[in-house]
Amino acid sequence: MAAPYDLNDDSVVVIIGSGAGGGTLGNELAQKGIDVVVLEAGARIEHEDFINDEWDSFAQLAWLDHRTTGGGWRVSKDFPNLPAWIVKAVGGTTTHWAGASLRFQEHEFKTLTHYGKVEGANLLDWPLTLAELEPYYAKAEDKMGVTRTNGIEGLPGNNNFKILKAGADKLGYKDCHTGNMAINSADRDDRMSCQQTGFCFQGCKWGAKWSTLYTEIPKGEATGKLEVRPNSHVVKIEHDDSGKVTAVVYADKDGTLQSQKARIVCVAGNSIESPRLLLNSASSKYPDGLANSSGQVGKNYMRHTTGSVYAVFEKPVHFYRGTTMAGIIRDEAKHDPSRGFVGGYELETLALGVPFMAAFLDPGGWGRSFASAMDSYANMAGLWIVGEDMPQEQNAVKLHGELKDKYGMPIPDVWFTDHANDIAMRNHAYQQGQAIYAAVGATRSFPTPPYPSTHNLGTNRMSEKPQDGVVNKWGQTHDIKNLFVSDGSQFTTGAAENPTLTIVTLAIRQADYLAREMGAGTI
Amino acid sequence: MTTIYEQRPGLSRRELLKRGTIGAALIITGNAVISPDKAWGLETAALKPDTMATLIKLARDIYPHDSIADRFYAIAVKGHDTKAGTDGAHRELIEAGIADLDARAGAGGYRGLGWEDDRVDILKQIEATPFFQAVRGDLVVSLYNQKELWPHFGYEGESYSKGGYIARGFDDIEWL
Repeated sequence: MAAPYDLNDDSVVVIIGSGAGGGTLGNELAQKGIDVVVLEAGARIEHEDFINDEWDSFAQLAWLDHRTTGGGWRVSKDFPNLPAWIVKAVGGTTTHWAGASLRFQEHEFKTLTHYGKVEGANLLDWPLTLAELEPYYAKAEDKMGVTRTNGIEGLPGNNNFKILKAGADKLGYKDCHTGNMAINSADRDDRMSCQQTGFCFQGCKWGAKWSTLYTEIPKGEATGKLEVRPNSHVVKIEHDDSGKVTAVVYADKDGTLQSQKARIVCVAGNSIESPRLLLNSASSKYPDGLANSSGQVGKNYMRHTTGSVYAVFEKPVHFYRGTTMAGIIRDEAKHDPSRGFVGGYELETLALGVPFMAAFLDPGGWGRSFASAMDSYANMAGLWIVGEDMPQEQNAVKLHGELKDKYGMPIPDVWFTDHANDIAMRNHAYQQGQAIYAAVGATRSFPTPPYPSTHNLGTNRMSEKPQDGVVNKWGQTHDIKNLFVSDGSQFTTGAAENPTLTIVTLAIRQADYLAREMGAGTI
Repeated sequence: MTTIYEQRPGLSRRELLKRGTIGAALIITGNAVISPDKAWGLETAALKPDTMATLIKLARDIYPHDSIADRFYAIAVKGHDTKAGTDGAHRELIEAGIADLDARAGAGGYRGLGWEDDRVDILKQIEATPFFQAVRGDLVVSLYNQKELWPHFGYEGESYSKGGYIARGFDDIEWL
């Protein structure tokens, strides 16, 4: 049923990436009758083939192409070639994500206005408002089946959640529940309900968690208007003398370079690959890379202020059982500068299996302190901190000066250093997280450092003025009318919330804009 | 090729005594490391058996789990022998690293230091070295990724084939 398109067909919209942004956009356009080719760097692995084993799954799904890192973040020391824990497969990181689907708060679209100038930060207001996005948020929540929206019940709480909730109650937190999750609490949309299996990060073998792999993509394919080409690693976007983009060059499954002509190109390769691709597409007309007249491509790399708190109790918890992200406390998500920082953070339960707990609890740690923590694994509870980090120009995805990939393209070099605001927020969150667990009898707790980033944001940011950013409020690049960005790299600022719902929301809205403008013949 | 095999009773008690080995200490015979009381042995191919025995001790000192048997630490470090077989630089890294540990430990070598604290003092001196980082970095996966060890940690592993935990205790906590 999937439509195969000719490489010389210059009427198609080419989308690079099949995750939350690309996969959603592809389906939305196909539903409107627009011809779409999605180029996906990874393989197509159906959900039945996902693996309930952390390292084996990591080998199956993770983006493991060579990358380097720099800057002051601890990830650069502990995992120097793994800045991000994201996915290279059809469905992108929607195979791996936990499912938390929260709308941004109104003030988070206007951080410069609400927080004021923050020394060393490159804050900017989004060129859109929550009110403008609300109808699209509603569509995204319905599409994804987000719990506690559209009359969908919340998921039942597992042991890890029950501990979080008991601690939240003791501390007087009011906004604590099992989350707004894009995980079916009952059968919906021809997908079954959550079986509390755990291994959400390894891909949901039941298909209960929303992923473009088994929702948007097959629905788009069923229209006959969407072709997904797996194992198609894009290396360059080409343009004509007028500056309009005309084709996308990619390496196919045999490593042979192919060129797909395009009417419109939408980049959705996540916040490391998307700017890398624009930079690697530099030409004599665009010597600094495509859509980079502002110099902001690759800059303002954000990854959320994260960290975890794990705690040990006298008795068993078995926190790995059930939904990985099984509940949330939202009370700290507000902007309240009296805490010593701007912006806010969410606290969400998290569990790792033994292999990943060993790798991430205290990277590089060893000895009795470490081993005794591992010995207490069955009695652990845990939460993840996700808060707004400050955009900073020097936090950036750059092209490596020497190292190249097998297609001869410079590899990405990912630089990040915490802003003082990020550190103050993380320390506050560590303190609160440890207090939550102490309140219910934890005998020991661990302020665990950030993992390689799953939330990669901001490297092609949205701005009102062309000199401040890369794309306008529709994700259309300021410089090139038929070149769009359709992933989290559009984010002007990161907000406290997990980004996927907003990426999907922007993709639905972008599809409307594309259809409108294509219909009007402006692009 | 590194092999780990079940050791048939071969060494008599008298022979063990003659070798001056008692209790749970690992002994070296030919190209093998043998645990006399636990009935397993490990044959080395590229590394000296003595080096392998010290690696096993080192592995336990890095991640000391007192109720996990030496056998699992042996399995966890045997990859160094395999790698040393095809990678001369790796063999040199490990042999030199172990020799350095022995030199720092003095007369009886690293394994001869009776107290873990004394051995850990030495490890703290070398924890930034490529040798220590290579051993620890490999071990954090090769030890904790052994499925046979997961029950020790109370981890149940794969759960899809059992229908997840929806009917198997995902919310069974009673002590709160």
